[in-house]
Amino acid sequence: MSVKDASQGPLISAKGLRKEYGAFTAVDGIDFHVNKGESFGFLGPNGAGKSTTMRIIAATLTRTAGEITVLGKDPEKSGPEIRAHLGVVPQQDNLDNSLTVEDNLYVYGRYFGLSKKYIRTKIEELLTFAQLEEKRGVKVEALSGGMKRRLTIARALVSEPEILMLDEPTTGLDPQARHILWDRLFRLKEQGVTLLITTHYMDEAEQLCDRLIVMDKGKIMAEDSPAGLIKKYSTKEVLEVRFGSDRNAQYSDQLRAMCERIEVLPDRVLMYSDDCEELLHQVVLAGLAPTTSLVRRSSLEDVFLRLTGRTLVE
Amino acid sequence: MATKEFTRKGSLQIVDVPKVLRNGSFYIAQARIANMLQWKWSIIGEAIANPMFYLLSVGIGIGKFVNSHQAKGIDGVKYLVFLAPALLASACIIGASNAVMHPTLEGFKWNKNFFAMNSTPISARQIANGVLLSAVARALFGTIIYYLALLLFGGVNGLHSLWLLPATIFSAAAFAAMMLGFCAAIENSDLLMNIVNRLLIMPLFLFSGTFYSLSTMPKFLQFIGWLSPLWHATEIGRWISYGHHISALGISIHFAYMSIMLVSGLLFSHHHFKRRLSK
Amino acid sequence: MSVSDAVRIAENLKGRIGEGTYSRRARAILEHRRIAFKQGHWIVVFTGFTEPVLYLFSFGYGVGKLVGKIQVGPNHWVTYAQFIAPALLATSAMNGAIYDSTWNVFFRLKWDGTYKAMLATSLGPLDVALGEIGWALIRGLIYATGFTAIVMPLGIIKGWYGLLAIPAAVIIAFGFASIGMLYTSYAKSFQQMDWVNIVMLPLFLFSGALYPLSIYPAWLRMIIEALPLWHGIQIVRELSLGIIHWSLLGHIAYFFVMIVTGLFFTTRRLRALFMR
Repeated sequence: MSVKDASQGPLISAKGLRKEYGAFTAVDGIDFHVNKGESFGFLGPNGAGKSTTMRIIAATLTRTAGEITVLGKDPEKSGPEIRAHLGVVPQQDNLDNSLTVEDNLYVYGRYFGLSKKYIRTKIEELLTFAQLEEKRGVKVEALSGGMKRRLTIARALVSEPEILMLDEPTTGLDPQARHILWDRLFRLKEQGVTLLITTHYMDEAEQLCDRLIVMDKGKIMAEDSPAGLIKKYSTKEVLEVRFGSDRNAQYSDQLRAMCERIEVLPDRVLMYSDDCEELLHQVVLAGLAPTTSLVRRSSLEDVFLRLTGRTLVE
Repeated sequence: MATKEFTRKGSLQIVDVPKVLRNGSFYIAQARIANMLQWKWSIIGEAIANPMFYLLSVGIGIGKFVNSHQAKGIDGVKYLVFLAPALLASACIIGASNAVMHPTLEGFKWNKNFFAMNSTPISARQIANGVLLSAVARALFGTIIYYLALLLFGGVNGLHSLWLLPATIFSAAAFAAMMLGFCAAIENSDLLMNIVNRLLIMPLFLFSGTFYSLSTMPKFLQFIGWLSPLWHATEIGRWISYGHHISALGISIHFAYMSIMLVSGLLFSHHHFKRRLSK
Repeated sequence: MSVSDAVRIAENLKGRIGEGTYSRRARAILEHRRIAFKQGHWIVVFTGFTEPVLYLFSFGYGVGKLVGKIQVGPNHWVTYAQFIAPALLATSAMNGAIYDSTWNVFFRLKWDGTYKAMLATSLGPLDVALGEIGWALIRGLIYATGFTAIVMPLGIIKGWYGLLAIPAAVIIAFGFASIGMLYTSYAKSFQQMDWVNIVMLPLFLFSGALYPLSIYPAWLRMIIEALPLWHGIQIVRELSLGIIHWSLLGHIAYFFVMIVTGLFFTTRRLRALFMR
């Protein structure tokens, strides 16, 4: 029996998926599905259960309860058959540091039983894709963090997987390295590779995901496209004002009366409205002189704050 | 910059899952051996130097004193001949167990390479088998060199002594399978490996009748030998090499012991590889 | 301690001989080791101690039956256990000292950045060198005392001068630790460190620990007699067998040279590495 063809339904679907470690519940009965060609995200802070969910999908972790099918099969029963069509980029690079860039790709390709001839040709493509042509003979231990990350992604692509799974792909990278990586992932998306991404960066989720679920403490808080989530759970714009740490809370009642909703953070107050220039004007008119103020568009960060009362990166 | 676009067929077309299910262990072994080849010169150097050191210092050095003191020889033969099968077995067993220890600790802990392997169609069991296979291959290489050195010094002779190779490798595989499981089972590796090396491997080497007959030891120390795969391998080795007397029952017990160790070592390894990789 | 106190202490130390090299705080390094010891390193120390004991029981008893008595001087025959016990003690002093001063130090030097952090404080390179070596000596002392405590009741080492084997083991540890530090501070790669392990085994097997050098041809004897472990073995063996002779001073002088050379170059190298 071959794995299910994508036209027959979602590539991945989960119902009541649950994972417990003793008394701790990492994933608390979640439902979701991922369609072919889609770029699907799990957004949430560290410890939300994103990586656990990813590992259950990748058939390297057993579930406690619930149903899940990946490419039409149960990961617990058909691990190798499912993993054959996944490209996995784990949270921490697990490259073979003592081997060269090229050999890392080669060895990994062999684990899929691919022929030497195929892998040799594929390596050229992947080195170009990962912008590592000049590093092909270099041992991995000598690469920068961004290069290692790109190599791990290239490695995951050696078997031309149906689904590419990226766990926190840009955590720990500098801004420039992140942008290079996002550009590479965009190219894959254009080619129709299904992407599964976990992240705790809202800008990454906005950039890369067609659809995402917001997770917190093992539960799904919301599910939609980034724009849809913002529309549903936030206003068009946000006004950030600072009065100094003592007074932020002190003024909160006055500020709350002026707009739809406010969030008081330790260092600043967020005010939600569709027209924030106007709102700022009112704040100033009321005689509350903020030390700094900023008007910006709503982001997924605001969605998360609304849903959980907490910020994503703490 | 214009980059070459993908010619994408997709994994559904290019990955042959049944093939990986059949051959996965060999892929892992191949990768491990490729990794070892980076250190080929130190492996070769060690394979040659180690037997030379022991043969010269213990075989010939101590041998000179033993032979002059034991007119009838030991077990009816010269000390070097008595020693040869034991040295061969101990080098092979220790070599194989070292060759599983390092990659296993590395794969689970230091670079987490086993997790990378396990994110492909390769299963936990295949990783364990592959690591064991590569270790046995490496031990086989070392054992052949050792055998040649023994031949050169007159520690072994005759075509029949070639049977030492499979017998020795078999015992090394059995012990390495146990060590493989042990390395997968432990979490705090650094200290435990130290303990294993010094409180397990070292006593096995010293109290398995390697340098003298186990029977000359006090009874309470002999039991170390009975448990030790090295002693069983040494007994069989001496039987093969110069016709050391063992009953047919004795031979069957030696082989049975090593077979049980191999099978239970494999089951033990598979269990802990699965557990560690799906944690 | 306030900032001004620290400044005052620093000013007091200024202009003293050895300024910038030695601040008399090698104890801080020892303190560091003591904490590591409590956190599990003691297992390494303990198991290192079992090695010579196991060798002694296995070889002394088993091989001893095969070889009979060994001649160590005119009309002076000793049992095989008596012959190898001092050599095993000397070898374990060497092994412990080398282990502490090579692999451990190499990790701190190249990976952990421990020394970089230490030398950024008021500690100087000689503090670090003496601290590390001091630890190796304490370990040598523990090994030697433990080993002697086991061996003496068995009558393998006889007489009060046998107790001198303990300070002798410390001198051996001092010499090897100094040279080990020297090598490590100049070593660049893991492969170079691997050479340490490669050299240790033949050094043990051929330095006359397990049988007298009398079976060697003259040229081989000369080579072995130039190597440090042989001198170390001779010191402990002569003391524990009661062979008190002027040659003892020669062996001790050999170690004295090792210690001075090791300390001098290690300090120089550490200073060049971290104090530019």
